[in-house]
Amino acid sequence: MTDVRPMIDVRGARKSYGALEVLKGIDLSVQRGQIVAVIGPSGSGKSTLLRSINHLETLNAGEVWLDGVKVNQKLGRAAFERHINQVRQQMGMVFQHFNLFPHLSVSDNITIGPIKLRGMDKAKARELALVMLDKVGLAEKIDAYPARLSGGQKQRVAIARALAMQPKVMLFDEATSALDPELVDEVNLVMKQLAREHMTMVIVTHEMRFAAEVADRVLFMADGTVVEEGAPDELFRCPKQERTRLFLRKFLNP
Amino acid sequence: MDFALILRVLPVFVAAAWTTIGISLISLVIGLAVAAVVTTARLSQVVALRFLGAAYVSIFRGTPALIQIFLLYFGGPQVGIQLEPFAAGAIALGLNIAAYMAESMRGGILAVDRGQMEAARSLGFGRGRTMAWIVLPQAARLMIRPLGVNAVALVKGTALVATISVVELTYTAQRFIGSTYKPFEIFAVTAVLYMIMIYGLTLLIGALDRAYAEER
Ligand SMILES: Nc1ncnc2c1ncn2[C@@H]1O[C@H](COP(=O)(O)OP(=O)(O)OP(=O)(O)O)[C@@H](O)[C@H]1O
Ligand SMILES: [Mg+2]
Repeated sequence: MTDVRPMIDVRGARKSYGALEVLKGIDLSVQRGQIVAVIGPSGSGKSTLLRSINHLETLNAGEVWLDGVKVNQKLGRAAFERHINQVRQQMGMVFQHFNLFPHLSVSDNITIGPIKLRGMDKAKARELALVMLDKVGLAEKIDAYPARLSGGQKQRVAIARALAMQPKVMLFDEATSALDPELVDEVNLVMKQLAREHMTMVIVTHEMRFAAEVADRVLFMADGTVVEEGAPDELFRCPKQERTRLFLRKFLNP
Repeated sequence: MDFALILRVLPVFVAAAWTTIGISLISLVIGLAVAAVVTTARLSQVVALRFLGAAYVSIFRGTPALIQIFLLYFGGPQVGIQLEPFAAGAIALGLNIAAYMAESMRGGILAVDRGQMEAARSLGFGRGRTMAWIVLPQAARLMIRPLGVNAVALVKGTALVATISVVELTYTAQRFIGSTYKPFEIFAVTAVLYMIMIYGLTLLIGALDRAYAEER
């Protein structure tokens, strides 16, 4: 036990779909304010790992802790539902396909959580929405509907929506993979801003350059295991494992 | 074509058409209410409820509506359920259409992108709140057309209650055949009146659908 409690702590995470073992005992510990990038080939289990941190996937074995609270506790159905809803409010999640609520305006997308889950009053929530939109550079879109936004704008609103719950950590699952190349930067910029504000983040990405720029630590996953992890400089410049070298080579000269 | 006859019987037929509309509306309300319950059961976490919901749908879709009407109206008294023809007809039709409407509702809910559910859950919304604020508002839009198709089928299906002598449009038509011997005129008037009702209903459904679309 260290005296510094990790913000996120995953221990021995195992997950199978039928006969397919997707996570084969993963450990991941993220300190407060730290940024971990997770890279690896398609199907290696990156999304599954990220989604099991906020229990969108249920692990078969292993533990997930958030700031000293066990996420995947054994509880009765109703008690667990209350528990997990509480825990999820402290974890922002950003999806590849944005998943904005299309029937709600940008403002309502952002305020529905604070209003319905935290009992915030409408005027205050709208102020909060404005602050969050300012952060992602979209204050002028406050009354637009998602259908009217570009992909990059949608993703920035999705980030604002997650931030409005004032989460302890942010989880990103390929936040820019569905975007046209020219829209990637605007989203990456927002993430870098969060990094400067010392948000604790786990970022699953296919963008090696971005990972190298923003991450404190990079985790290379393959076939449901962590093959190698380290500071971006080490891992990208001189990977120790053959598997990592092969993956990076393919990535750098496809 | 005996136009004089048509003009003479028209008021009676229009009155009968109102009965058809009345029984349709009551069955519609019963149908929507029961369908909502059945759909909730089918999407429940509890296996037994899911089974009951599925059983309801297969039973009511798997047997003729006419038999369901007979069962309730003629068979009911034997087990202590004594109903007037109108009530028996409305209830039987309502229970029958509920099975189809439950399918429409379930289809609408399942058609909402999974990501919506996940996004809401990841913010900390529970299952019920996610349904109420995120999934249902989107599913409602997707349900309008299929439920409209069910409603049209329901209106046409009300003709079946003529067999238990509810004095609606079809029953009235049959009664006038005996006294006029002009089946062509009588059934033509009947068909036109059904058409007008269905056309009105179709317009209403279209308007509802558009109203929903314009909301965003
Ligand atoms: N719900 C599911 N049912 C069955 N298999 C699944 C399910 N979800 C994921 N898998 C499988 O688990 C493996 C890991 O999936 P995962 O999405 O975690 O990979 P990934 O590393 O995120 O890949 P990508 O880079 O393509 O997003 C894949 O083989 C995938 O097909
Ligand atoms: Mg993935």
